[in-house]
Amino acid sequence: MLTGFDWDVIRRTAPYLFREGMTFTLTLTALAMAGGIVFGTLLAMMRLASYRVLSGVAGAYVNVMRSTPLVLVIFWFYFLVPWIGGWLLGASRPIQVGAFVSALVTFMMFEAAYYCEIMRAGIQSIPRGQMWAGYALGLSYWQTMGRIVLPQAFRNMIPVLLTQTIILFQDTSLVYVISITDFLGAASKIAQRDGRLVEMYLFVAVVYFTISFGLSSLVKRLQAQITVPSR
Amino acid sequence: MKYNWNWGIFWQLSPDGHGTYLDTLLAGLGWTLATALAAWLIALALGMVVGVIRTTPVNWMRRVGDAWVEVFRNVPLLVQMFIWFFVVPELLPASVGVWLKQLPRSAFYTAVVCLGLYTSARVAEQVRAGIQSLASGQRMAGVALGLTLPQTYRYILLPMAIRIVMPPLTSEFMNVIKNSAVALTIGLVELTASARSMQEFSFQVFEAFTAATLIYMALNLIVVRGMRWLERRLAVPGLLGAAQAMPQAGH
Repeated sequence: MLTGFDWDVIRRTAPYLFREGMTFTLTLTALAMAGGIVFGTLLAMMRLASYRVLSGVAGAYVNVMRSTPLVLVIFWFYFLVPWIGGWLLGASRPIQVGAFVSALVTFMMFEAAYYCEIMRAGIQSIPRGQMWAGYALGLSYWQTMGRIVLPQAFRNMIPVLLTQTIILFQDTSLVYVISITDFLGAASKIAQRDGRLVEMYLFVAVVYFTISFGLSSLVKRLQAQITVPSR
Repeated sequence: MKYNWNWGIFWQLSPDGHGTYLDTLLAGLGWTLATALAAWLIALALGMVVGVIRTTPVNWMRRVGDAWVEVFRNVPLLVQMFIWFFVVPELLPASVGVWLKQLPRSAFYTAVVCLGLYTSARVAEQVRAGIQSLASGQRMAGVALGLTLPQTYRYILLPMAIRIVMPPLTSEFMNVIKNSAVALTIGLVELTASARSMQEFSFQVFEAFTAATLIYMALNLIVVRGMRWLERRLAVPGLLGAAQAMPQAGH
């Protein structure tokens, strides 16, 4: 049954797949994670703020993002980013934005909504008294958050943040819909050029599985290490 | 720099033969719902089974269940979609493969199977967590009463576990609806794809995407409301009052 397949195509194209495709995928994942966590934490702080306007805006943003499919969000930003860029720069027409920037903005903004919910739970897991203690010591809001609350919230949420990042890593494959050459995009190009769809897609699946499974096993180990047995 | 808004576009005729652009979007919504509901049925049925066998004392069953969840969780949905659409027909006997490829609406069937199996792994994970969150005394009590293992599950563990997993299953149901958009890559013209085609024909990109986003948000609202209602109907008085969901990674 498995005759007529040319598994050598993988060996021949692996350098291209990893150098072009996987590099893009990993760079996008890393940058989107960093941006997403920063922006997501700010959103979480906004959601928990006592100013109605702030928490309302952040809540609406998170709800819209979380009820929209990622594919649609990718399309949204693909068309929106040139307009926003043009508006920011005061240009007369929408500016040209590279595929990488467009994808990066998309994933940062989209994942921020998910990181926000994680960080919100993390912040809420810290007893409110610590906030008051900070204020009582004369620290400002930013000092109390930055030095007391957030470090603990991060620590408690590291396993969930990392799991979300593994999902982000898998999600970046969706840049396929705007024809970007990520790992899947590179494999898909070769698959169509050489007529080797079976070999290439199975190989892609194995690679994604290995990386995601390996990482999630590490996260599980980490979780077992840092979990406080009971409250 | 000015974008020409034209909200009247939805009432203009679209060149795809569906009628107006609004009809195009509604036809897409129909496919989104059909795909999501069919996949959800598969996911619930399989997910229950896999989730349950992962909590049984039988070793090989647990291992099969774990493998099932890991495989479907650790490969991107888009890659799974391509495998079901491009790879599986090639690996089957030639006659079956040809029949599959020539099936009318093959994209729809592929999307349903792919999304159903993908989501079943996530449902299984929730069901397992739900069963394991029950006090272990419940299982022991069942055995002590002389119930068989299937009876213990049927009468003691599952009735409580299912109520516990209702909130996480609500978000999984939302995920199925959202994830059905990935099927546009294999040619299913669901809601996102029809918004995209409306954008290509009419050039009114932001109107098309706004409409699609609003429809998804409305679906979200309906699902959340509906599940809340179901949760209240099924609540055991005095138990499980508004369980606080733990934060979880995922979409």
